[in-house]
Amino acid sequence: MNILILAETHHGTFRKSALEAATYARKIASTVSGKVLALTYGIEADHAASLGEYGVDEVLLLSGEPDPLGLTEAMAHAVKEKNIDLAVLAYNIVGRHVAPRLSARLEAGLISGAIELPQWQNGTMLVRKNVFSGKAIATVECSTPLKILAFAPNSTQPEKSPVHTAVVSYAPPLPVSRIHKVEVREKKGEVSLPDAEIVVSAGRGLKGPENWGIVEDLARALGAATACSRPVADVGWRPHHEHVGQTGLTIRPNLYIAIGISGAIQHLAGVNQSKVIVVINKDPEAPFFKAADYGIVGDAFEVVPKITEAVRKLKAST
Amino acid sequence: MLTEQFLLLGASFLPMNILVCLSKVPDTTSKISFTDNNTRFNTQGVQFILNPSDEWYALVRAIEIKESLGKGSVAAVMVGGAEDDSLLRKAVAIGADTLYRINAQPQDAYSVARMLADFIKGQSFDLVMTGRETIDYNGGEVPAMLAELLGWELVSPVNKLDIIDGKVRIESELGALTEVLECDLPLVVSAAKGLADQRIPNMWGIRNSRLAVIHVIEPSPVAPLTRIVKFDLPPAKGQVKMIPADQPELLVKLLHEEAKVI
Ligand SMILES: Cc1cc2nc3c(=O)[nH]c(=O)nc-3n(C[C@H](O)[C@H](O)[C@H](O)COP(=O)(O)OP(=O)(O)OC[C@H]3O[C@@H](n4cnc5c(N)ncnc54)[C@H](O)[C@@H]3O)c2cc1C
Repeated sequence: MNILILAETHHGTFRKSALEAATYARKIASTVSGKVLALTYGIEADHAASLGEYGVDEVLLLSGEPDPLGLTEAMAHAVKEKNIDLAVLAYNIVGRHVAPRLSARLEAGLISGAIELPQWQNGTMLVRKNVFSGKAIATVECSTPLKILAFAPNSTQPEKSPVHTAVVSYAPPLPVSRIHKVEVREKKGEVSLPDAEIVVSAGRGLKGPENWGIVEDLARALGAATACSRPVADVGWRPHHEHVGQTGLTIRPNLYIAIGISGAIQHLAGVNQSKVIVVINKDPEAPFFKAADYGIVGDAFEVVPKITEAVRKLKAST
Repeated sequence: MLTEQFLLLGASFLPMNILVCLSKVPDTTSKISFTDNNTRFNTQGVQFILNPSDEWYALVRAIEIKESLGKGSVAAVMVGGAEDDSLLRKAVAIGADTLYRINAQPQDAYSVARMLADFIKGQSFDLVMTGRETIDYNGGEVPAMLAELLGWELVSPVNKLDIIDGKVRIESELGALTEVLECDLPLVVSAAKGLADQRIPNMWGIRNSRLAVIHVIEPSPVAPLTRIVKFDLPPAKGQVKMIPADQPELLVKLLHEEAKVI
């Protein structure tokens, strides 16, 4: 079985999702035997070869930095030319465009948000994914000749598994999107929330936007992204893209620290897949403690700066 | 090329016809359980709602656009059975003009997208709006599949959307990046937080919704590409470890040494 991954890059290096995809594909290939190919772009050929360390046999290097429409076309092209049976990509911002487009174009079954490696039963792929906002796990099957597996970001850690790799330039004709980018605003130094490993999040308990300094300090000390509860984004204390929960973003970081958030069911729905949850709340009855791994009952304004201090000490000593 | 230019020009003086795709989902507070040996979602006692991002963001923004342009129409469509009609009517209560129900039970994202695309191809919508993701199967796959099947462009997620001189101006928040985009019609967008605020139907709207006609579309059958074979409940969470408020170093130590996450 031949597997094709999409290896995303950013400023000339591989994104973590690229290494996750390679690891994922290599593990699958080792159980079913086959080649792992990667489609990539925006990176020097000798850098691109580093995917070999994560088990990629052949790297197809596109010129330029194609948009999702172009990446879909390139993936579809490679699938046919290289006899691909399975496409693997992260279900992130780009993957959310490319995976469903590829599925619809090639009538290939797509299982998105996979949280584990697939199982195989006579050519049928079975994959587990979270559904009902983390309140249940579904096992989904797919038996189309070409299959697409889009895994939940951060559901696997990059692992090395070196193989000999070849980098070839790949230049199928690609369409160009007619969408015109007028402006791109980048918040410098901010960690992107959807794929952050650590997230520091705060709610109405912080009383007002002027108090977010303690949250940002802790986030900075941890190298974390910041998030917030819905009412906080609704009243404009924080930007909309920080809203996590059932009606905002669903995230699954390794560590989620919730400060002054009560833990309403709709909030939990977006964060309950985090590996470790820390809750800081002055109300010992706050429902969030039931979903937490570690809890502190206390006033955020006193506790959080002390935690930041302790983190800084730890970082300085390690 | 000619049609493209016509569309571009046309959009500035022709009324905008917007279609909003709505999905039915269990209420956010629903207890989730399964029947038939954990192969089917147990709908017993479950209250259904319109998917929040479809309703609050996509539908409300569509209505606001129509109101601000003073022309055009907003249609809403749902793939569902007759039992979903009352829920679909809520779209009129909020301000939609026309309702369509594609008469089928949703099976997977692909079959839903195909039925929607087949329907849209026979109509003349300029803008198709969906929510970013449903809160039941959390796939978020329909918008891009729909764009692909229609051969249209997609913007996702859409946090701000305005029509300026027949062009669509969009802000899309991608983590620490915000892109400002200018797009031609036709277009598929997937609506997310910030686009609009929830609207509570007024008496007038509720009255209208009772009288609204639902156009029932019989789709050509589409075979799904994937199937759910089993549901499980997530493993129960262990006991929370409480740490005294005056020992923040202990928390940091445990996160480092025990949980190994920092
Ligand atoms: C359909 C629907 C969808 C929703 N979707 C979402 C969603 O996606 N995301 C979301 O977050 N919410 C969502 N909600 C809202 C949700 O129900 C809650 O209202 C919301 O999460 C509460 O936000 P909060 O915890 O910040 O505020 P509150 O509930 O007001 O909680 C504030 C907490 O701060 C604590 N506190 C106060 N002062 C301090 C202090 N000095 N130090 C420490 N702690 C302090 C309090 O004890 C309290 O627990 C949704 C609701 C509905 C009906």
